[in-house]
Amino acid sequence: MKTERLLNFRVLGILFLLLITAPLYLPDYIVSLLSQALIFGILAMSLDILVGFTGLASLGHAAFLGVGAYTAAVLATAHAGGFWSCLLGGLLISAVVAALFGLIALRATGVYFLMITLALAMMVWGVAYRWYGLTKGDNGISGIPRPEFGLPWSLWIETNFFYFTLVIFILTFLVLYLLVRSPFGYTLVGIRESESRMQSMGYNTWLHKYAAYILAGAFGGLSGVLWAYYNGFVSPPNIELTTSVETLLMVILGGSGSLIGPFFGAFIVVFMKNYLSIYLGRWLMLLGTTYILTVLFLPRGVYGGLEDIMLKFGKSKPEPVAAKNKAVN
Amino acid sequence: MEFWIMQTFYGLSYGSLLFMLSCGFTLIFGVMKFCNMAHASFYLLGGYVGITVLRWFGCTTVVFFLSILLSALTIAFLGVAIQRIFFRRLYGQDLAQVLMTLGFALIFQDLVLVLWGGDPYRVTIPQCLGGAFVLGDLHFPRYRMFMILAAAVVAAGLYLLLEKTNYGAKIRAAADDEEMAGGIGIKIPLISAGVFGLAAALAAIAGVIGGGFLSLYPGAGLIMIPLAVAVVIVGGLGSIKGAAVASLLLGLIDSFGKTFVPELAYFTMYAPMVIILAFRPTGLFGKA
Repeated sequence: MKTERLLNFRVLGILFLLLITAPLYLPDYIVSLLSQALIFGILAMSLDILVGFTGLASLGHAAFLGVGAYTAAVLATAHAGGFWSCLLGGLLISAVVAALFGLIALRATGVYFLMITLALAMMVWGVAYRWYGLTKGDNGISGIPRPEFGLPWSLWIETNFFYFTLVIFILTFLVLYLLVRSPFGYTLVGIRESESRMQSMGYNTWLHKYAAYILAGAFGGLSGVLWAYYNGFVSPPNIELTTSVETLLMVILGGSGSLIGPFFGAFIVVFMKNYLSIYLGRWLMLLGTTYILTVLFLPRGVYGGLEDIMLKFGKSKPEPVAAKNKAVN
Repeated sequence: MEFWIMQTFYGLSYGSLLFMLSCGFTLIFGVMKFCNMAHASFYLLGGYVGITVLRWFGCTTVVFFLSILLSALTIAFLGVAIQRIFFRRLYGQDLAQVLMTLGFALIFQDLVLVLWGGDPYRVTIPQCLGGAFVLGDLHFPRYRMFMILAAAVVAAGLYLLLEKTNYGAKIRAAADDEEMAGGIGIKIPLISAGVFGLAAALAAIAGVIGGGFLSLYPGAGLIMIPLAVAVVIVGGLGSIKGAAVASLLLGLIDSFGKTFVPELAYFTMYAPMVIILAFRPTGLFGKA
């Protein structure tokens, strides 16, 4: 019997508190890294919908980051688009791309699905790399300004941008949380556990998987829009295979199926990449070793490990009957 | 007319390289159901070992073929070692396999950077393989002809091994039904290690030969692996015949695609895969 992943509000509360107060005692560079962790956290959460809740592991999720980022970049630079048009444009185009890709990719499962999503992402990369007229190819699109809201806080200041990203992150998390706790979300979990069983109960599993794929793509696009604003610069390496793989690692390392776990994974990977790499020369080897160690020792991820620790300390609850049932099972 | 002949020739030679790269990948997947995303790293390491051998012993024809042999042996050994120590535990877990092998791909990339530096290198081609074979107005680069020949030799060798030898029969038995094969006395761990070593050796050979044609640099491993993936998806996971057909097809599409629609050059490599998936998700010659 698999233990259901219950979202622990204590963990969430502590996390929320830490994040809100972070700019007060952390230097600007760390705060901006936290913004990056939040952006990749959104990407990783959207991938978790596919990996953790529907059981479809995708190796091409960076494509949606790319589509969202490039859409926002092109709209912001070439067409002087404001925040809302970039956001809507990014979400819409990502959803459309996800709808198209989903039709192809969902014809496969398991390893085939992994490979197909990889190749679809490489197609997006190829367009970004070669279609110079649209994406400026290898040069990338630069000079993306931070959004202007007419509010007294300028988003060019890292702390303000951090809070802006945090608000969007929290809203995304709430939307996704409501989604996975809805009947739709539970159906996805059912499909993850046994698709044939769900089909025999009369659920249209393909439609559910398709909807999950489009949602994951749309929220991936959202993270892409934020990335364009954060970085001010979008280029083909954002859609490379390595980015997709890092996103998958964030989900697995953080704990797939827990929704907030991937944020921990994103946090760890972003800080390893940007912070540790300053002090340790061979960070690619470190990242690769992290993949291997995660697979070997942490299949449930950091959040899974946290859950296990909390279960151990929460043993004060007297539940002998439940414990006996567990032993029998 | 010349244009079509030359473009077809270029496409066939590139397809030959793709075949040598992907045949090992599809072999591992067919026999062990293992998705080895570090396969292109074997290509990369093989190429660099070849470069090193050529540097030590000079660039003659004999040394060139010696470098191919030594590179194949070294990488085969490395492949078997990694398979026995790490990959054996991940039987049946697709996601874990992909993540772990990609982790190794990253480690190998950094290793190459440490050992050989970040500059791109080419395998120095011996004199007899340089230049072009002239036929009227057409100049056929000799090295590309060598690549096509090498791929044909590899394909023929694999065919003979799998269809005409005892060992090949055991491999095919293990691929079809591992439990039963183990049940009648075929030593599966030995077969698995042997196939993995063979595949790594093939990738290394592809690396040395490809290194004379494309440059080798640390990032090449992660650039080549999606190409191998595209070949095996179109050809069908586990089918050598599929890999051969698919790699020639993709080579031709790449060659003509780059000429006619350069903006979509990389896109055309992966588009056939999409088409195949629309009509035949298991690939041209794959099993369901």
